[in-house]
Amino acid sequence: MQWEVVIGLETHTQLKTNTKIFSGASIKYGAEPNTQADEVSIALPGVLPVLNAEAVRCAIKFGLAVNAEIAPRSIFARKNYFYPDLPKGYQISQYELPVVGKGSLTVQVGDQEKTVRITRAHLEEDAGKSVHGAQEGMSGIDLNRAGTPLLEIVTEPDMRSAAEAVAYAKKLHELVQWIDICDGNMQEGSFRCDVNVSVRPKGTEKLGTRREIKNLNSFKFMQQAIEYETQWQIDTLEDGGTIQQATVLFNPETGETRAMRSKEEANDYLYFPDPDLLPLAISQADINAVKATMPELPEAMKSRFEQQYGLPAYDAAAITASKPMADYFVSTIQAFGGEAKQASNWVMGSLSAKLNEAGLEVINSPVSAQALAGLLKRIADNTISGKMAKDVFEAMWAGEGDADDIIAKKGLKQVSDSGAIEAIVDQVLAANAVMVAEYKAGKEKAFNGLVGQCMKASQGKANPAQVNEILKKKLA
Amino acid sequence: MSLTINDVKRIAHLARIEVSETEAEATLVKLTGILGLIEEMQAIDTRGIAPMSHSQDVVQRLRADVVTSGNQREYFQKIAPAVEDGLYLVPKVIE
Amino acid sequence: MINASLKEMAAALAAKKISSVELTQLFLARIKSLNPDMNAYITLDEARTLAQAKLADARIANGDITPVTGIPFAQKDIFCAKDWRTTCGSRMLENFIAPYDAHVISQFDHAGAVNLGKTNMDEFAMGSSNETSYFGKVKNPWDRERVPGGSSGGSAAAIAARLCAAATGTDTGGSIRQPASLCGFTGLKPTYGVVSRYGMIAFASSLDQAGPMAKSAEDCALMMNVMAGFDERDSTSLQRDKEDYTRDLNKPLAGLKIGLPKEYFAEGLSAEVAKVVQDAIAHYRKLGAETVDISLPNTRLSIPVYYVIAPAEASSNLSRYDGVRYGHRAAEYTDLLDMYCKSRAEGFGAEVKRRILIGTYVLSAGYYDAYYLKAQQIRRLIAQDFEEAFKHCDIIMGPSAPGTAFKIGEKADDPVAMYLQDIYTIAVNLAGLPGMSIPAGFANKLPVGLQIIGNYFDEARMLNVAHAYQQQTDWHKQMPEGIA
Repeated sequence: MQWEVVIGLETHTQLKTNTKIFSGASIKYGAEPNTQADEVSIALPGVLPVLNAEAVRCAIKFGLAVNAEIAPRSIFARKNYFYPDLPKGYQISQYELPVVGKGSLTVQVGDQEKTVRITRAHLEEDAGKSVHGAQEGMSGIDLNRAGTPLLEIVTEPDMRSAAEAVAYAKKLHELVQWIDICDGNMQEGSFRCDVNVSVRPKGTEKLGTRREIKNLNSFKFMQQAIEYETQWQIDTLEDGGTIQQATVLFNPETGETRAMRSKEEANDYLYFPDPDLLPLAISQADINAVKATMPELPEAMKSRFEQQYGLPAYDAAAITASKPMADYFVSTIQAFGGEAKQASNWVMGSLSAKLNEAGLEVINSPVSAQALAGLLKRIADNTISGKMAKDVFEAMWAGEGDADDIIAKKGLKQVSDSGAIEAIVDQVLAANAVMVAEYKAGKEKAFNGLVGQCMKASQGKANPAQVNEILKKKLA
Repeated sequence: MSLTINDVKRIAHLARIEVSETEAEATLVKLTGILGLIEEMQAIDTRGIAPMSHSQDVVQRLRADVVTSGNQREYFQKIAPAVEDGLYLVPKVIE
Repeated sequence: MINASLKEMAAALAAKKISSVELTQLFLARIKSLNPDMNAYITLDEARTLAQAKLADARIANGDITPVTGIPFAQKDIFCAKDWRTTCGSRMLENFIAPYDAHVISQFDHAGAVNLGKTNMDEFAMGSSNETSYFGKVKNPWDRERVPGGSSGGSAAAIAARLCAAATGTDTGGSIRQPASLCGFTGLKPTYGVVSRYGMIAFASSLDQAGPMAKSAEDCALMMNVMAGFDERDSTSLQRDKEDYTRDLNKPLAGLKIGLPKEYFAEGLSAEVAKVVQDAIAHYRKLGAETVDISLPNTRLSIPVYYVIAPAEASSNLSRYDGVRYGHRAAEYTDLLDMYCKSRAEGFGAEVKRRILIGTYVLSAGYYDAYYLKAQQIRRLIAQDFEEAFKHCDIIMGPSAPGTAFKIGEKADDPVAMYLQDIYTIAVNLAGLPGMSIPAGFANKLPVGLQIIGNYFDEARMLNVAHAYQQQTDWHKQMPEGIA
């Protein structure tokens, strides 16, 4: 039988605020345990929540970024369950009326475009952390993270492969950083994905029973986990078994998924509206105020780059894949003032290759946008050839100075003086009579040989275009 | 709707309250009485009536995103049943 | 001095006829002699109390005086008070030293008042007789075989026995008004949202409201000036201009329209109580008020609605007591689940457990719509009853409780009978309206309260209505025997 996998994602993004969603404790990462756990975070008797304005702003930004409905009135609810990292015994979340409604996100999967529908996004608080090994048989509870604002973004079960799911997750990851609502740091848990996976016979409509893979914090693990889980479900069904709804964890060491032991009971979260919080009202004016501060979104920027700079669609998409990359490109163009395609070639080519190789983000590039523009100028004004520019770029990357310094230091200046080039050409023509004869006899290849000789004679510094032009004139 | 002894046990588990067999029996009697009192509600037609949670038509006030509290760990943990290295200790959490 | 009004105490302090330390010691001495039998206080901390009195004396010496500076108040043990043991009447919090101040506590502190101690109460404010307290029953000073009412039973007994100048209470379903009625003093539950709930240990968040309990309406008005006001730490606190609750105390009552709900004088009300209440209303007619008959048709439903909403919210509010960060943790357990179940089974008393279980049941999957949602809908019908009624009257009057103080143990084993104690008070909480109870006379030598219900934010008018009556009657000045 042919099987089809059906995937939906729930992503918890930690919002980039200074303080917790319901209190004024800092959410800075890496503090000593419980030093950022104020009276609200540890749920002392009598404390009450007050909503952080910035968390709401982040939610609105996200809603705008995915063309979603932003609820004029949304409600906070209590999700009740006992867990030591959940100090109140309930999580304040949104249940029936979330702040962000239906939207969508279009992603590139290989050379296909895929639109993933977003069901909803809601504000909620994060739980604390359990630290194991504090004492034999005990766990230690750190509540610094408890109350950190989260936006949980839920999709429809629209993805049909691990690749699609990963492409969506990557795109979402870039987007939340682009609109500056999340730092995107997956190691620190700022962006965590729960993936719902089910399989069904290809061509059928009815969804299979799903298992939820919890807390994936890298795209590589996501890919592996989905692939393993999909195969496991197919194997189980083909062996005549059935899938039980479950929460599973991915073990990166074995590459396997396994069902969690706790939270095994059919969860009854006793949801009800939180009487400590009032309805969250968002007016059109509130939305407009946020809209005014929104950066240009990737899609819009891509079209603009095509129009304004005449970039091909492929280049525009690659350049706008992340905000820092797009910012780098724009800074380069502004400092360069020349042809945009030249800049995009360098940004997508040499620069990206070097960054990848070094494992660096573009904001940490040793070659700044201004420095790259300096190099591009020297190419444009024929000071150096494209080939020489590659060497100059290597030297710039190595920290040897800006383009002009390196060109001067290495004596790389291209010879563009037509008198000097004519002299070289004359010398080469005189010394290579055979090649000249061959060319005149119709052997086109001989021309390239003569160009090569001229370049060699100039130690590579002659402007190749000028060499071509003068050679052609002399041989005519 | 009549409550059973199993319902009592189920909700006691959900509420994380240990009840012995005899307690469960006694609780069943009391809870059944209270639920009887509550059942009176069911006779009322509430279709179309908006639920009421606050008497005033007010909406959530927002707090400026400013840090207003510092580290009070030592003070707060004075009243904790078990702590070590700044962590609250509990029997091992199983995932 | 123990019978003096707050105004008189403040005047004596300002005139240096007595110091705050002396006044405080006077009450501490009374507490020492009477409290062992009365059990009105759970926690006393003489050193802390006297230190506050000394500070108050220094303020008075500097002329830095508010109407309550130097006056000793009893605080219901539901308010967290920094470095004071705050138990909420529960074994769960037997050793809980609060690390912060409730809004109400800091308001009294800022005004220079003295905290005399923390008063007994039904466990987590769940009760109408103060019999559910882990720290023992409280006796009604009018008849020590009877209950003082609840849940603010300790504050009630403390006022009636003159063990404080005045006290704070909280009222979720009648917990200020019913004890005020049973112990013969004046208590006010303000409009929901007028007094911040920050630091007040939650029972049912959408109903809980703190208020003053005192010897007179005038005292309550002065306390309201301290307690009321916007607090940004409570999302349900209302942003309103600061009010002077004493401003209308002396307004004439001529033309006042008093609504008398027929449901409050129907079956279930004791004949003796009915008579006292009718006499009080007759007195109001003499003061120039007129009465109109009104109906609050959904009154009967307020009990079932309340016993869904309050336990549901309570079950969730009380989930934080898990023995992890503070509070009772069982001595022995096998694992995490066992630790939770044992700690909570040991830490909570029977009535609290019952309400947690009821609350859990009505919120559990499949029942939310039938119970909680339905209750919130009927709650609106109840509020609409009042809205309609206030089109025909300025104020509503009736009994505060169906009877006088009952015997200790009489209803302790019958939750349903106990719940019916609140039949006249609960609807006011559900609607979020202000309500008060003032002494209106006696039935079989036991105090009877008259309930006054106002429209939203009409506290100043209610206090005026109560004060006018208290200018002409002396029910509020009567004291039980054997407390001198």
